[in-house]
Amino acid sequence: MRIESPKQLAALRKDLLAKDKQTTKKLMVCCGPGCLANGAGKLVTEFRNTLKKKHIKGISVEILKETGCHGFCEQGPLVVIEPEGIFYTHVKPADVETIIEESLRHDYVIDGLLYTDHRTGERKRTYHDIDFYSKQTRIALRNLGKIDQYSIDDYIMHGGYQSMAKVLTSMTPDSVISEVKTSGLRGRGGAGFPAGKKWESCAKADDWPHYVVCNGDEGDPGAFMDRSIMEGDPHSVIEGMIICAFAVGARNGYIYVREEYPLAVQNLQLAIKQATDYGLIGEKILGTEFSFEIKVNRGAGAFVCGESSALMKSIAGEVGEPRAKYVRSVLKGLHDHPTVLNNVESYANIPVIIDKGGEWFAKIGTPKSTGTKAFSLVGKVRNTGLIEVPMGTTLREIIYDIGGGIQDDRPFKAVQTGGPSGGCLPDDKLDLPVDFDTLTDAYSMMGSGGMIIMDDRTCVVDVAKYFLKFLVDESCGKCTPCREGLYQLHALAQKISDGLGTEDDIVKMEKLSDVIIMGSLCGLGKSGPNPFVSTIRYFRDEYLAHIKDHKCPAGVCTALIRYDIIPEKCDGCMACIFACAVNAITGRKGKVHTINQDICTKCGACMAVCRRHAVEVS
Amino acid sequence: MATVNITINGRVVRAEKGEMLLDVIRREGIEIPATCAHKAVEAFGACRLCTVEITKDDWKGWKNYVTSCLYPVEAGLIVFTHSQPVIDLRKTLLDLQLARHPNTPLIQEMAAQYGVNKTSYEELPDADDCILCALCTRVCDTMGFAAISTVGRGHGKKVAPPLDQPPPACVGCLACAQVCPTNFIKFTQAGAHREIWGKAFDMITCTRCGKAVITKEFAENLSANRNIPREYFDVCDDCHRKELAGTMGRIANWNREEVTR
Repeated sequence: MRIESPKQLAALRKDLLAKDKQTTKKLMVCCGPGCLANGAGKLVTEFRNTLKKKHIKGISVEILKETGCHGFCEQGPLVVIEPEGIFYTHVKPADVETIIEESLRHDYVIDGLLYTDHRTGERKRTYHDIDFYSKQTRIALRNLGKIDQYSIDDYIMHGGYQSMAKVLTSMTPDSVISEVKTSGLRGRGGAGFPAGKKWESCAKADDWPHYVVCNGDEGDPGAFMDRSIMEGDPHSVIEGMIICAFAVGARNGYIYVREEYPLAVQNLQLAIKQATDYGLIGEKILGTEFSFEIKVNRGAGAFVCGESSALMKSIAGEVGEPRAKYVRSVLKGLHDHPTVLNNVESYANIPVIIDKGGEWFAKIGTPKSTGTKAFSLVGKVRNTGLIEVPMGTTLREIIYDIGGGIQDDRPFKAVQTGGPSGGCLPDDKLDLPVDFDTLTDAYSMMGSGGMIIMDDRTCVVDVAKYFLKFLVDESCGKCTPCREGLYQLHALAQKISDGLGTEDDIVKMEKLSDVIIMGSLCGLGKSGPNPFVSTIRYFRDEYLAHIKDHKCPAGVCTALIRYDIIPEKCDGCMACIFACAVNAITGRKGKVHTINQDICTKCGACMAVCRRHAVEVS
Repeated sequence: MATVNITINGRVVRAEKGEMLLDVIRREGIEIPATCAHKAVEAFGACRLCTVEITKDDWKGWKNYVTSCLYPVEAGLIVFTHSQPVIDLRKTLLDLQLARHPNTPLIQEMAAQYGVNKTSYEELPDADDCILCALCTRVCDTMGFAAISTVGRGHGKKVAPPLDQPPPACVGCLACAQVCPTNFIKFTQAGAHREIWGKAFDMITCTRCGKAVITKEFAENLSANRNIPREYFDVCDDCHRKELAGTMGRIANWNREEVTR
């Protein structure tokens, strides 16, 4: 079916809403990356089969929705029963029968599956009662967990493509741009360049054709905001791109998705097909003179292809290396033509901005960083998951109120924002409001929104080493300071982690970092030394402990630690003996065990299995 | 093109607007190192050695460091090619290069000019001479063959034909080997037989002197794409020149005969 006019689109939405009213309950199964990995796929099959077998009045297979990431990945797989919002956690296929009988046929709530607040021990009935959700403001993630990720009808029913219709019929390109400028939306990919300004420069460029590109090459370790949007709400990205294309006068658009996101590619392609069938992409959209097409391009697994110029080269089929941007890509981008490149989350915000107005959006957040920002909360935080908060929310609110604090109530040590080339912020920065400028001033950066929380058992030298290694491998290898400089920086970090470093090495690393920052070609190189620069700024003592005392205070750097069994605590259960892969532990049942330091590889397996906490690291 | 005035090291210099800064600097006789710049190919900006300090009067003391090979000239630019930060940068870059290529004469010489005789970093154990300037791949692209490319990324990046197999698109023109600043790209030439990148080529021999002229593949490509008759390659350059010299001589003699008569 092709929708020929905005009127038809509105009529379709009305029909869908009427149809939706016939069913009272809805069963939302989270099919986000975390839940899928925990077996949500099996859950969906089980629900579908069981629902088909049962004949319950008013309940059919239709009520089952495979939604995008609901956010609370720690508690997955998640099942939500709407309209109430009853929130079941850690659901297993064995629970399916019970859920259908108890909660769908009747209105009983299964206590055992509810979320328990770790502080009060209270069971929470709906997700509205849970701090993790109640403290969030969702704009870019508005539809995640609410709509079926495979259904364009669901998206239209929730108001999808209305903004596009509004733009195409009642707005001019200039008024769209001015609306986006009013909103103050800054690019969500990391650099935070004002989106409206970017669109304006492209629209004004007198060199045709213009292109619209969406950056879905989210490569930061631990980040999955864009992935969740592309998988769970692909139409919002597409709608945002169409609006952008109308504003800048583009006819072709590309979504560049990284190789590691096959489901995102699949869902985007499905969404594009659905939208094309409806005539929402293609020739003469909604009967207007505007035409636009979108192609999905798959990356080949290179982190650097998230950099704008490398991304455009990759789309054009060349080696994905950045070029110097003395001429900006908004004037000379894809195929050397004016190109607007925005990130997935930026595009997902656009339909809401058009719908509710730029001024509404600008009121959220801080004056210079408007709106909300999605973060993926990972690491040693209790509630790992996907969240969205207004700009200006403090790190403490994010980590403690929404994140629920540190796992096992251990002390907080640092939070790493902005991906590998971002920075680590210590506990005295916890009250910083999270926005583009504040984070930059604190020598970290917003980045795309990965947030890795570390506790006292995380060694910053080890963290710096890890991220430097990541960047050594992921540098494109084109320019010398990045390719060779980061390699040597990593080698020096390794030396310190091995306990062989000197204080001169730190001076050398600082000097080398300056050169890499000053001399590198692209953003990756220019921010490449950040894992070292930010940790040495806030955690110099820990580096010095490695160098002077030959100690790793966090007990991580294997060359500087030893595992010992505390005789008083050991009950001789032999668990560690079986766990040890190199047979370094000796002892008989019921007798105190000992670790042979010559054989021990310091893997920590003994410590992990010991139930009496008799293994200590020093 | 408009001509603009810029200042390099305190001297006012005229330049075309939009031409690359490195060309202007070199035209003015100022020596500035660069390993990846070559007039046969587009500027690339990989070695970063040609970085210079720039500022403008209205920049309020703010300055920037840019690779001159890629920076288009604009009016009022004030350039310093050898300021202390720039020298320090080049020194560290060459130090890093020397760590990767401790035995490469070109890098040794360039580093020595900046006072680096031994690297202060960890030397790469299995060093080779490829400095990844990518001149070879860019020349190959410019020639229109794109037979070789940089492969991989990060510290393990290298230049190679696809899948490390003899490259199907290679015509054996040797442009890559000739442009290589460190002679890393090896080829063999024995009589009418040439080998490069693991691919063997039979060559056309000169019908007059029997010398090898050009690979068959290259000749066919040139005659198909560059509008050169295929027969042209049956005779070597030397013999072409001899023939031309003979013709020129006859013309000269004929003129003289005319005059004396």
